[in-house]
Amino acid sequence: MVETVQETVRVRVNGEPKSVSAGLTIAGLLTEIGISPKKVAVERNLEIVPRATLDSVRVEDGDSFEIVHFVGGG
Amino acid sequence: MTAQQDIKADTWTVAGRTFTSRLIVGTGKYKSFEENAAAVEASGAEIVTVAVRRVNIADPNQPMLTDFIDPKKITYLPNTAGCFTADEAIRTLRLAREAGGWNLVKLEVLGEAKTLYPDMRETLRATEQLVKERFEPMVYCVDDPIAAKQLEEAGAVAIMPLGAPIGSGLGIQNRVTIRLVVEGANVPVLVDAGVGTASDAAVAMELGCDGVLMNTAIAEAKEPVLMARAMKAAVEAGRLAYLSGRMGQRKYADPSSPLAGLI
Repeated sequence: MVETVQETVRVRVNGEPKSVSAGLTIAGLLTEIGISPKKVAVERNLEIVPRATLDSVRVEDGDSFEIVHFVGGG
Repeated sequence: MTAQQDIKADTWTVAGRTFTSRLIVGTGKYKSFEENAAAVEASGAEIVTVAVRRVNIADPNQPMLTDFIDPKKITYLPNTAGCFTADEAIRTLRLAREAGGWNLVKLEVLGEAKTLYPDMRETLRATEQLVKERFEPMVYCVDDPIAAKQLEEAGAVAIMPLGAPIGSGLGIQNRVTIRLVVEGANVPVLVDAGVGTASDAAVAMELGCDGVLMNTAIAEAKEPVLMARAMKAAVEAGRLAYLSGRMGQRKYADPSSPLAGLI
């Protein structure tokens, strides 16, 4: 029998709990949230995710992400 | 050579990058991105400081600073404002490097909210670690020639002593210590924080600083774009005065017209 319920994983993004589809890459996660990967930097469980690997690293259940960008400051 | 050409030829270099403008401006506290961009333009600054903050994931399509100030034309100098430990500052700058793709950063590790004075123990620790990770940190610090030396030995690419507390607009409080930092340093020295108006910026440059970094003095002026112009002129005037070698000071008057030939 074909499984019809899509699996999800629970993660935290910028401190907020979030349910996302299982198997997403980090680039996929950014796109799902509506963020252009070119304009941000991503930290996953306190480790920097190099830009070149955003397309290949997969989101795991329980991951905690920080997604940041440049804002005005002195 | 005209004075204008003189200014053009007078460049400064930090971590191998050469700049003509000696004014670095912040991008905080502006009413709008448009006003901010206009002030940067009027200031002639080639470097702007920026902060690193979480993207608002509830509304990711808000306008961004990079839409108004082009990082390809203006060098972004990411800061660690709001960090009170070396670890927080290092974490912030690792993200900044990933977002921007460059190693030149501004390190500030604060000691307390009331004065925003730097915590020099944490600042030195962060500088050492950042240099190990191939960052090129320009470092906000106290106006202490010994602390400045220690930062330089740790690998700071520029020393940035405060003239007065951040956002205070009180002007250069201790010209003697700023001058001592300048005389002792082999890397650029920029006054960072405390400038309130144009004459304060000129004072910093007359003391021999390589540049001045400011944010609030421009952003909180009633007419920020006009003040940005004033700061550009003040930094240039102060620099030219420093290069020209000012006259000595005397206790009493010395007439400018000849005494000989008086009727």
